[in-house]
Amino acid sequence: MRNKLATESLFALSKPGRRGAEFPAADVPERPLSELIPTSALAEKPTGLPEVTEPDVIRHFVNLSTLNMCVDTHFYPLGSCTMKYNPKRHERLASLPGIVDLHPYQDQSDLQGMLGMLYEMQEMLAEISGLPAVSLQPAAGAQGEFTALLTAKAYFEDRGEKRTKVLFPNSAHGTNPASAAIAGFDCVQLASSQEGLIDLEDLKAHLDDQTAVFMVTNPNTLGLFEKDIKQIAQMVHDAGGLVYIDGANMNAILGYTRPGDFGGDMMHFNVHKTFTGPHGAGGPGSGPIAVRDFLADYLPGPVINYHPDAAETEQYTLETPAKSIGRVRTFYGNIGILVRGYCYLRTLGAAGLKAVSENAVLNANYLKALLKDVLPVPNGNLCMHEFVASASKSKAANGITAMDIAKRLLDFGFHAPTVYFPLVVPEAIMVEPTETESKETLDAFAETIIKILKEDPEFLHQAPHSTIIQRPDEVVAARNPILQCCEPQ
Amino acid sequence: MPYLFNTPEQQQEMLKTIGVDSLESLFATIPSELRLGRPLEIPPALTEMELQAHVTRLAAKNVGPTSRVCMQGGGAYDHFIPAAVDEIAGRGEFYTAYTPYQAEASQGSLQTFFEFQSLICQLTGMDVTNASLYEGGTCVSESAFMAMRVTNRHNRVVLLGSLHPEYQQVVETYLTHLNCEVVVVPCLDGAADPAAVDAAMNEETACLVIQHPNFFGTLEEAEQLTEIAHKYGALSVVSYDPISLGILNRPGDYGADIAIAEGQSLGTPLQFGGPYLGLFSCSEKFVRRMPGRLIGQTVDRNGKRCYVLNLQAREQHIRRDKATSNICSNQGLIAIRAAVYLALLGKQGIREVAELCCQKAHYAAEQLATVEGIELLYPERPFFKEFAVSCSEGADYLLRKARQAGFDLGPELSRFEYQQAPEKFQTGVLVAITEQRTRSEIDQLVTALKA
Repeated sequence: MRNKLATESLFALSKPGRRGAEFPAADVPERPLSELIPTSALAEKPTGLPEVTEPDVIRHFVNLSTLNMCVDTHFYPLGSCTMKYNPKRHERLASLPGIVDLHPYQDQSDLQGMLGMLYEMQEMLAEISGLPAVSLQPAAGAQGEFTALLTAKAYFEDRGEKRTKVLFPNSAHGTNPASAAIAGFDCVQLASSQEGLIDLEDLKAHLDDQTAVFMVTNPNTLGLFEKDIKQIAQMVHDAGGLVYIDGANMNAILGYTRPGDFGGDMMHFNVHKTFTGPHGAGGPGSGPIAVRDFLADYLPGPVINYHPDAAETEQYTLETPAKSIGRVRTFYGNIGILVRGYCYLRTLGAAGLKAVSENAVLNANYLKALLKDVLPVPNGNLCMHEFVASASKSKAANGITAMDIAKRLLDFGFHAPTVYFPLVVPEAIMVEPTETESKETLDAFAETIIKILKEDPEFLHQAPHSTIIQRPDEVVAARNPILQCCEPQ
Repeated sequence: MPYLFNTPEQQQEMLKTIGVDSLESLFATIPSELRLGRPLEIPPALTEMELQAHVTRLAAKNVGPTSRVCMQGGGAYDHFIPAAVDEIAGRGEFYTAYTPYQAEASQGSLQTFFEFQSLICQLTGMDVTNASLYEGGTCVSESAFMAMRVTNRHNRVVLLGSLHPEYQQVVETYLTHLNCEVVVVPCLDGAADPAAVDAAMNEETACLVIQHPNFFGTLEEAEQLTEIAHKYGALSVVSYDPISLGILNRPGDYGADIAIAEGQSLGTPLQFGGPYLGLFSCSEKFVRRMPGRLIGQTVDRNGKRCYVLNLQAREQHIRRDKATSNICSNQGLIAIRAAVYLALLGKQGIREVAELCCQKAHYAAEQLATVEGIELLYPERPFFKEFAVSCSEGADYLLRKARQAGFDLGPELSRFEYQQAPEKFQTGVLVAITEQRTRSEIDQLVTALKA
């Protein structure tokens, strides 16, 4: 039963004189504000913030929260996004005094525990990637891409080379070309082969002395391992370029193979995916990058160094690499997310990480096998941690689209998979069950999809039927944008 | 492994359904010569109990505000966080949800972000606010990119030298490699010299970036500087302190085109510099050139009011290399914290917090100035909650002496690089006083420094 009153906007709940927070009176001698601040700088009237009580606020947001599906309540098989269980111990440990309350400009001698933890994180990421130099600074995967591209640019410029092109396959995440563009490169999109892999001929045709970086996700966005990656890397290196690995799909290969070993020169991690930093309905993320040793000097600063012979209060220091590209954000990175990632890695250890990949791949292939007759997967026999099925068959047969299936799944208590991405598969349904789901859940999910595909197509076009709203009008939203509740005051 | 479900029997059953005989053979597409062939060399696994002991030990090696009083500033502040903020942000329904692409399954996050946008618009007096960017420093770069698109001027931006030095560094990293000239107007006397700013502007400048209150805590002539920007057809970008808007004129009131801020002050703990919250607002006429995620109100097929991700045609998953930015996340959870914080405070609370900061900071500045060897760097400049002092014995001496007495001040100005730094920056230290600081703390510090 919905509490509709509580989910009215905060502004509708507002009543003059209500309060949600009170502050003590000033304990210093007060002076008229106009003596402290020139009147020209003082506001003439109060802000238009609403006036509500603390219980109003709690009831409002708690009621809103119940309108969400989330990993804590539902199976969330979003391909390309890795929605796995977010361990509760991380929330507690990231909030400990001595972690949650550190000011970024404290003296380094006060921070040895924190810097030691972050140094160990750098070391673990270097080992997992096979790339020895790490910067924890990027705030998200896309910023990691951008940072690495600037690192490559600085490296080439240092060598007196002006390389202008960044190549990526047509199945790439949209952030790859967007990052290349803001890093000032020309973007070149490559075709995929029949099997959904990089087309070696097309790659060859585009490689030249202007190629700076080839960006590739491996396993790729179809959930397939680029089996020719070593040869591909060799081709790029022969042309004088560098290979960038988009680490979005690292959870498929942890402990099995490493980007540094299969030819990558640079990569980013999505700590908020692979290492369970929660998504927070959109963020924060954390996108540290790892690079080969010859790129280490160009990394954005500061990075953490270790001086074993120094006094205990000075062993870990923040330092800026010699030829650093500069800063990409204020302070040091999204530390709260990195702490969660650190806790995850320390909980799993080497064997645990490998078991994560095994179970992620097992779950994906199992689900794919359960669905193969109704939702065929155009590319690949075995998939890695995710697969991209196509609803083309059902669309042709009776008009049931990927969107219909996605929306109807909500009625059955399953979050929808990613649909219509990657763009290279028509009616794409991209499923990533992750390792933190049981066989029982996967069985129930597959049964539900099979059941949905037998339903009346007209009924499905109107789905979902049980959610609080159904099929919002996005065209109206875009044509006449309403982006806040009230008029500016 | 505490997070894996499948039993060995189930694994066998599943492998059979797939049609392979072992877990290892699921990885057959990885060529054997690319296999690692040894265990990763990372520390051994810890149980929850062991991990908690380990992390607690590391945390205890840090000295934070629980053991010393924080009077540090420089873009991160120790403001009070009401318990209800943690309670809401700690709900799994919020923090374990994904980007709300499926609107029907995400109305909670969508409405919360919509209200966040509304609250920031009310706070700033701006028309439109997005659902947040990474943090304050990167907001400056994004605003410069946006100004270039709006003005079609791609080669020049002007920053005040009183902008946070790390923000300046971020902008330089983002822009200078694109052959965009980043002009910094040196700040020689605690705030911008309007004549010098006017001289630095020209008809090719995309924007003027103003920080108000600035890095040294003092107030800029924000309205006058905005007029200078407009005189040259450039956009006025104002980086504000969200708490200060409880008493100061709002960027929307004096004509800022883009208003940006570090939103950490609004209910987010210091946590060693991140994750923080990039607040980004602009005039309505520029909305389609705006970076980042936007939530819009619409109706569903039954005419019921609801919320969706809006104007996605600007974003990289649609526009790829033509997108307004490469940012594909927002700081959703931190935005939720800010929304709850602002809702709790309301118009009265935000004013009280701002007044407390201002009154206490002025008391602290007066008292510190009575210590021999300490003087205010800019005694004539009005300030809000942060101010710079210089110490005749050197910045290190002052910081050390304060630390010994249980107080953290800073950062010291010599930590940063400035164009044409005045001599006194060598001995300068920032002091920030929030509503949490008490008269007795301030008096104790002053007594200790006098001893």
